Amino acid sequence: MKRIYTLEDVCIGCHLCEVACVTEHSLSKDPVKAFLHEQARPISRCTVEEWDGGVISLSTTCRHCDEPDCLRACISGAIQKNDAGVVRIDTEQCVGCWSCVMACPYGAVQRNLAKKKANKCDLCPDRKNPACVDACPNRALVYKEGSQK
Amino acid sequence: MNYVIIGNSVAAVGAIRGIRSVDLEGNITVISRERHIAYGRPLISYLLGGLITEKRMAYLPEDFYENNRVNLLLNSEVVGVETDKKRVRLAAGDAIGYDSLLIATGGDPFVPPIEGMADKEKVFTFTTWDDAAKLKGIAHDIDRVVVIGGGLIGLKAAEGLHLLGKQIAVVELADRVLSSAFDRTAGRIVAKKMKANGIEVLTEETVVRIEGEGGVITGVTLKSGDFVPCDTVIVAIGVRPAAGFLKGSKIEVNRGVVVDDTMETSMKGVFAAGDVAEARDFFSGSKNPLPIWPDAYIQGDIAGCTMAGGEKTYSGGLAMNSIEFFKVSTISMGITNPADPSAYEVLTYQDLENYQYRKIILQGNLLVGAVLVGNVERAGILAGLIREKVDVAPFKDKLLAPDFGFILLPREIRSALFAPMGKVA
Repeated sequence: MKRIYTLEDVCIGCHLCEVACVTEHSLSKDPVKAFLHEQARPISRCTVEEWDGGVISLSTTCRHCDEPDCLRACISGAIQKNDAGVVRIDTEQCVGCWSCVMACPYGAVQRNLAKKKANKCDLCPDRKNPACVDACPNRALVYKEGSQK
Repeated sequence: MNYVIIGNSVAAVGAIRGIRSVDLEGNITVISRERHIAYGRPLISYLLGGLITEKRMAYLPEDFYENNRVNLLLNSEVVGVETDKKRVRLAAGDAIGYDSLLIATGGDPFVPPIEGMADKEKVFTFTTWDDAAKLKGIAHDIDRVVVIGGGLIGLKAAEGLHLLGKQIAVVELADRVLSSAFDRTAGRIVAKKMKANGIEVLTEETVVRIEGEGGVITGVTLKSGDFVPCDTVIVAIGVRPAAGFLKGSKIEVNRGVVVDDTMETSMKGVFAAGDVAEARDFFSGSKNPLPIWPDAYIQGDIAGCTMAGGEKTYSGGLAMNSIEFFKVSTISMGITNPADPSAYEVLTYQDLENYQYRKIILQGNLLVGAVLVGNVERAGILAGLIREKVDVAPFKDKLLAPDFGFILLPREIRSALFAPMGKVA
């Protein structure tokens, strides 16, 4: 399956991937409206890490594992892997126990504390390419066929 | 091929998927003594407390059993396994033959004999959906509850009942709550939060007698002589592998059903997984029952895969718990209370005022355990470092950082996990 990979040498730590992620998963799909007016604004499903004042940075996100630790740890069955291989969280079913946060070795499940729901990359089902990949000005995010690693 | 699985919780589900990853043809029969399809067992406290409805108890998509062509027998208890005839006997009298058998019966609550308990009506355990439903059904008749046991089950039962507005006292034998899964400080933080919510926490205490008249409870008398008034008692001392029905089956049972790294028991063709099994520990290599949800799934998957002729082996059981108590998030993993502290290095950060705590346990250059309270963000990265036995010496001093991430790890690790392979157009 296609997965999102990161080229850390060309990441400039601009966080546009996070902005694009929040926007794509917002109600309005408009960054300004989402950031200013949406009460239940989503949180980003990718995480930009920085070190040394941004000299080193990279965007990390879900690997959509073949044998997902998050799915195995999920006590409510909210996390399932679909036939295409995409690992998704059913937000309705999630009880916010954070077992997935405990289990994911990629640190790729976030806690939406306002909603008390776990949050993770869904590879943007409504788009051809994930929003973060399209938004990266430096092409530091690559969407291509590959293994989970 | 006829696969028979006794039990229908997470280990069974892992096994069904494990079997079907190798064998799409064989017949799978699942036998459960409960009347429900697989449900999120840890959700029973959410159900009791009214945080979720019954509909959300379902652990699986509706079409799971059908899609995996599982023959599901609910309300059926297996009372014996005849390994020489390769069949299991049901309480109803009939027998079901197998080519390959998985024992995934989980645990039974342990209820010690307590004076005065036998004839009392409102004494409960708290491990099944029906336990929660029973309590919820008579909730209007409950005012004060004594919970015996301050472990994960006891505290979750206490929290559920607290949400219903009941008055609760938790009685714990050890000097703190959560003594097996968490350390002293984490136990203290959770106890503090419970007390702030009006729950009594009585440590280094036991219930010696349940008082009352006829079937009605009026209170309990403690070891110290103190009397705690109550009308209901929950016994939450612990669970034991539900392996009693294997007596006379020639399958080796120690505390749990003893299994090797493919989850096969001493009897060829018979496997065990989940809370009923006694498998190898990740660190010590010795075999222990490990009642941990994710581990039960992993064991089930390995058993199922092996039963169907695939090849998968267990890397050892790693204890892990993520539980919220009264809105304080707690995660623990691996070795949290080293028996011989001199062999370990322990790093801690605490801000108890704000319910924040981080503890890192190292053995040489390896991370072997962690306790996080409050900010538990990205805790799984630590779990990965433990499982993969990563040399943490180069970034040891950063492990306590609340924003700990891959950027603090050597570049090779980051690249191995996140960089694309091959040519990038």
